[in-house]
Amino acid sequence: MTELIIPAVVSCIVAFFTVFLMTPPLIKYLHKKNLTVIDIHKKGKVMVVRPGGPALIAGVITSEIVLYAFFQSNEILAILITSSLAFIVGLVDDRKAMGGWFKPVGLVLAALPIIILGAYDSDLAFPLFGEVHIPILYLAIIIFMIVITGNTINSIDVANGIASGFMVIASFSLSVALFILQNYEIAIASLPLGFISLAFYKYHKIPSKIFPGDSGALTLGAMYGAIAIVGQVEVIAAIALLPAVLNSFLFLASVKKIVDHRELNEKPVEITDDFKLKATKNKRARISLVRLIVATTPLTEKEVGNVIFKLALFSAGLAIITAFMMEFKV
Amino acid sequence: MMHGKLFAFLFLMWVLIIIGGAIAVVILGPISISGFGESDPLINSIVKGTIAIGLSIAWILILTKMKNLIFRKTFNY
Repeated sequence: MTELIIPAVVSCIVAFFTVFLMTPPLIKYLHKKNLTVIDIHKKGKVMVVRPGGPALIAGVITSEIVLYAFFQSNEILAILITSSLAFIVGLVDDRKAMGGWFKPVGLVLAALPIIILGAYDSDLAFPLFGEVHIPILYLAIIIFMIVITGNTINSIDVANGIASGFMVIASFSLSVALFILQNYEIAIASLPLGFISLAFYKYHKIPSKIFPGDSGALTLGAMYGAIAIVGQVEVIAAIALLPAVLNSFLFLASVKKIVDHRELNEKPVEITDDFKLKATKNKRARISLVRLIVATTPLTEKEVGNVIFKLALFSAGLAIITAFMMEFKV
Repeated sequence: MMHGKLFAFLFLMWVLIIIGGAIAVVILGPISISGFGESDPLINSIVKGTIAIGLSIAWILILTKMKNLIFRKTFNY
């Protein structure tokens, strides 16, 4: 156990400071290249740079390489390669808005290294009732997991600081669950995700200086999914992600097809004169988590973020309870 | 009030996952089809996959019902 402390500490420091130190020059560079978008929730025409993905993937690569130097495990390699491929998929979408099909298909390819490296166990573990052995079916679960986690994190990126703040809560709860289940190596491999998200949150929180973009959100989401697969905590990971899953579920239930949100004209929320978010009365607009949050009272962007973080903390609690439940069998 | 409903809905999703897991282990786990020689693992996977897809569809339908029940008044749909 003590031999794991040094890699854990070093990788977390490397993860945090790579993103923390790399983001300010990235912001400067993106401003210089005029890679900005309007922050629609702000008074006036506030421009914010994007994408922050390059800083995030730098944090992933450096920290996971540090861990690979210590452990030389295929699981860490799978996390590293899957996250990097998801970053490339997101970066392509950042540079040229692709259709709704592109990200799911790209993320399928990003999931393949986990299968090729054999960094998985085909038993799917459930709380209280044990495991189910599904050797061939599990391959489909690996692919679905990466596609779903990548896209749900991307879809929860609805306001300043939400995606990174949400990821801090979800990933640390996943790390706690992995420690509870005594899967120490993957628990340590998962810690950098929380520290990367935390460092990025410093610049992403209200008022945002940078947005993660598709490259950032897909990197975080795919890394989270890869950790869930190689750590055999798929169900716990899904539970920690429930608010984002709910957001995606509401989206699909109201739109009824896979489509990029940029292709939809009707916005689920409107901005009041005092720059609060309020639910639109337009029945054709999709239902979203934010629309539900502001359904009864208009709220500021910060208040909406706080509600989402409370929901994330609630789900994180349920995920940790579920981890304890894994230890008991009915 | 709305925020309370959201927490309740998340809790419901969690309960459905636990129940879904129980069904998966109890129903999917013991399934073992033999007599097809080398095709046994493939046929087992097809059967388990079909049941798993059925369970997932049931999960989504129940969740949709719950969503309509909990949030119907909010949007009048």
